[in-house]
Amino acid sequence: MTDYSHYETGAPVVDTKAPEGPVAERWDTRRFEAKLVNPANRRKHTVIVVGTGLAGGSAGATLAEQGYHVVQFCFQDSPRRAHSVAAQGGINAAKNYRNDGDSIHRLFYDTVKGGDFRARESNVHRLAQISVEIIDQCVAQGVPFAREYGGLLDNRSFGGVQVSRTFYARGQTGQQLLLGAYQALSRQIAAGNVELHARTEMLDLIIVDGKARGIVARDLVTGKIDTYFADAVVLASGGYGNVFYLSTNAMNSNATAIWRAHRRGAYFANPCFTQIHPTCIPRTGDHQSKLTLMSESLRNDGRIWVPKAKGDNRPANEIPEDERDYYLERIYPAFGNLVPRDIASRAAKNVCDEGRGVGPGGQGVYLDFAEAIQRMGRAKVEEKYGNLFDMYARITAENPYETPMRIYPAVHYTMGGLWVDYDLQTTIPGLFAIGEANFSDHGANRLGASALMQGLADGYFVLPSTINDYLARNPHHGEVDASHPAVEEAVAETEDRLNLLLAVDGDRTPDSFHREIGELMWEYCGMARTEEGLRKALDRIPQIREEFWRRIKVPGTGEEFNQSLEKANRIVDYLELAELMCLDALHRAESCGGHFREESQTPDGEAARRDEEFSYAAAWEFTATGDAPVLHKEDLVFEYVHPTQRSYA
Amino acid sequence: MTRTLWDSSVGKKTVMAVSGLIMLGYLVVHMIGNLKIFFGPGEFNHYAHWLRVMGEPFLHYEWALWIVRVVLVVAVVAHATSAYQLSRRDIKARPSKYVHKKPRASYATRTMRWGGIILALFIVWHVLDLTTGTVHSGGFQSGHPYQNVVDTFSTWYGNVIYIVAMLALGLHVQHGFWSAAQTLGAGRASRDRVLKTIANVLALVLTVGFISVPVAVMTGVVS
Amino acid sequence: MKLTLRVWRQKNADAPGAMSTYQVDGISQDMSFLEMLDTLNEELILAGDDPVAFDHDCREGICGACSLVINGDAHGPERTTTCQLHMRSFQDGDTIDIEPWRASAFPVVKDLVVDRSAFDRIIQAGGYITAPTGTAPEAHATPVPKPDADFAFEHAECIGCGACVAACPNGSAMLFTSAKINHLGVLPQGAPERETRVLDMVGQMDSEGFGGCTLTGECATACPKGIPLPSISAMNKEWLRATRKVRR
Repeated sequence: MTDYSHYETGAPVVDTKAPEGPVAERWDTRRFEAKLVNPANRRKHTVIVVGTGLAGGSAGATLAEQGYHVVQFCFQDSPRRAHSVAAQGGINAAKNYRNDGDSIHRLFYDTVKGGDFRARESNVHRLAQISVEIIDQCVAQGVPFAREYGGLLDNRSFGGVQVSRTFYARGQTGQQLLLGAYQALSRQIAAGNVELHARTEMLDLIIVDGKARGIVARDLVTGKIDTYFADAVVLASGGYGNVFYLSTNAMNSNATAIWRAHRRGAYFANPCFTQIHPTCIPRTGDHQSKLTLMSESLRNDGRIWVPKAKGDNRPANEIPEDERDYYLERIYPAFGNLVPRDIASRAAKNVCDEGRGVGPGGQGVYLDFAEAIQRMGRAKVEEKYGNLFDMYARITAENPYETPMRIYPAVHYTMGGLWVDYDLQTTIPGLFAIGEANFSDHGANRLGASALMQGLADGYFVLPSTINDYLARNPHHGEVDASHPAVEEAVAETEDRLNLLLAVDGDRTPDSFHREIGELMWEYCGMARTEEGLRKALDRIPQIREEFWRRIKVPGTGEEFNQSLEKANRIVDYLELAELMCLDALHRAESCGGHFREESQTPDGEAARRDEEFSYAAAWEFTATGDAPVLHKEDLVFEYVHPTQRSYA
Repeated sequence: MTRTLWDSSVGKKTVMAVSGLIMLGYLVVHMIGNLKIFFGPGEFNHYAHWLRVMGEPFLHYEWALWIVRVVLVVAVVAHATSAYQLSRRDIKARPSKYVHKKPRASYATRTMRWGGIILALFIVWHVLDLTTGTVHSGGFQSGHPYQNVVDTFSTWYGNVIYIVAMLALGLHVQHGFWSAAQTLGAGRASRDRVLKTIANVLALVLTVGFISVPVAVMTGVVS
Repeated sequence: MKLTLRVWRQKNADAPGAMSTYQVDGISQDMSFLEMLDTLNEELILAGDDPVAFDHDCREGICGACSLVINGDAHGPERTTTCQLHMRSFQDGDTIDIEPWRASAFPVVKDLVVDRSAFDRIIQAGGYITAPTGTAPEAHATPVPKPDADFAFEHAECIGCGACVAACPNGSAMLFTSAKINHLGVLPQGAPERETRVLDMVGQMDSEGFGGCTLTGECATACPKGIPLPSISAMNKEWLRATRKVRR
């Protein structure tokens, strides 16, 4: 067994699918060059889609509309519950309805720059192009976007961008977009074009002759492990933020589908790129099971502060104005409270580390609306932010109109994911990854209101075009069935793992391990990372893993509805993924976007990118559990948006 | 369309609403007619006779009355049949009750089914008592409704049955009218108060109007 | 806080179920109701017992997964989802009854988990606008009057949790069904399928074995998203309109 951090660097990984030529023409070119499948033949092709969020739901519906036979999976009881449902803010599109200077090129530029120059230009430009079609599509489906009195769509500006390009449906944009995709999917289910398996979780990928040909999945109600076969497999299983235990992800969001694919050969790119959202409600105690995000829009009118003195325990209202430190306004006078997410988050961590945090455990800063209420009047504040204030009051039992809210950053989104080429195909032929599950479009940091855009772009427009090429070029696979040795092996591995989990019968619950690995990751691979901390984590993770297999206790059997078994099985994968995240964070000795290495900062404490060494996507190849993975670099070339150091001072 | 109506729970509910409103309309007229008893036997008996010659000379003797009777019977049967079938569906849809029980909805809402049964039984008794005279106390005299009414309300059980039924009627109308409006698609937030007020007024007026007769007999105002 | 919990335990769909009593101690007022159940489950696992199964996912009141009847109320005493209910709504020493949604259209899967796929089938019957990807006209081609857009949104807020069915003494899904019909029916994009949608969805609702509406109003009281009761009346109107208009 090699030392995990002594990884080797393998051959570079190259995206061979993005065409040459002007960036604005590449998507057209690719669509033209891609082979098509005769409509009459499409029903003979089966495509598996794992996940029913924005990416999976839209992909399943669209592929079925095109005539493919789709077999779709979700672990929830209904496809309508995928965690895309929780996105609040909105969806970006370069419609330029406001005539404020927006354009496809500007959205492309903002996204590449916002991602701190760690995303692929071809992909990002395509995303910006497709953004306008997404809005048309969603409106046609009946998504009730906010409208103005003239009956046309309303826009707002979001996340410090200088144009108004965000479309929204009150604070429930994700829900409304997801229901649009869910309804389109429902139509295809009724038409018999989509075979839906709800409460069924993918546990492994089946590869036959080097191509993805199916999955192993467990029926969560009966516990039955089954195999499903297809001509191509699409993973739309979301991000891996739950490795931190406390995050804004749903409780059951997990990394198993992508991690199992990674173990089977799909490269995992930029795993350390995680986004920490600055405006979440702080934890109240050890019982905390998840964190709740409040829309970033609160920073438009709220002022963020902490006491100037350490350990000042007075109630907020008793701290006089001159003893308060409005630290964002002080450090970033130009942008003030509206600095990007990563900067706001890190600043909050810094003041809390100094001992000036507020609330239980000193893990919080004030978000104060007193000034806004004075300026706009309570009624206006209520109209703009009422639902968020209500949510805060319900969770904390404090009245935000009278006492400042307490906020603290929390893990929110993972930019990293399975490495994919321009066609969204992973390094395993026939295996595609879309939405948050892939790494493609956001680089090292995602802009607000861009996750929904990417999920729907991938699902409605990109994948349904690019998958044709693969299916057309791989027309008649040999028949696969359960008796194929590769299939038997995958099933046996899955069964063995579950049986082992049940057999240990130790003295620690799955949650206790999840919490432990999460705390470790938050401490050492969270908002700020150091070589020392990451090495500590890399030492500790194998120990936790060893302890896990010695002490885990999973009650019940595998042949029944067993939520503890589901949890424990997901933790098995977190315990490996965490290690890769730390290694990736360790190897990337620069700061960029959501990845902040304390060793790499400017004299005034800002993230310092090191383009000459790290202008690449790091795609990791799995070797064996605990063994060093192999690094494959994809060089990033910037022809249109030239890297500059971000500055918000 | 008939099939669609009868096959759907919403359609059946429409049948209930329409038949209920027909009966409600009849009851308003019936109640007003009853009040004629306060103007003495002459006027009351004259009114009762007029019911039989209504529509003459275009209609034959009692034809109009029979038309009303047929419409009412159809309404009662439709109302009861759909109520029975819908109730069976409702009970089947919630076979096991919650262990933790809570009183739910208003009294009027909760008593629609039992209230309906009470009213159905009452109608049978009422017809046998004052239309056919089969179960009438004292000598039933066809063509002398004033005396018949006084006879009925001179017995304690006649009063009890009648008053209980009319109270049930009030509750039934209070929820039923509002409910019918919802079923027929007339409900909306801005109109809710108006509909509820109409329902309450109808329920109160009908109950008071009907009960005033036995009370008057008991207190000797009518004799 | 110290609490006595009486929880419905049922091994699987076919097994009989019963209430079991548990004591939990050290419950914080700041815990959510589900975190309180997490605490119980941690204890049950360590004691070698089967933890209580319940549906939950986003824990921020939007996915619609959580579904507990608490002391006879769907989602408990506050008008919110179970996951957003906090223990400060209870008193030290309380006894709390926890049961699953009860309706024959929502069979119990295990303990407090029920099968709500009937809702999915209602949507599949017509709860969509046929707009295959790529066919959409420019978004501004059809303006939608703001009041209509707001009306659509108000109904589109439904999270499909099923509290309406759980609270209704008839196990009726009228509020759920009406929410989608009103959302899509009021929009110009939804007009071509307006009649078939309401007829098909109501038909599916009936065949799933949901009860009828007796206008008790329990559904709207329990709805965590505030779908209003007149929504049902609006659906009835749509249905009657459709029966007159549609030639089948």
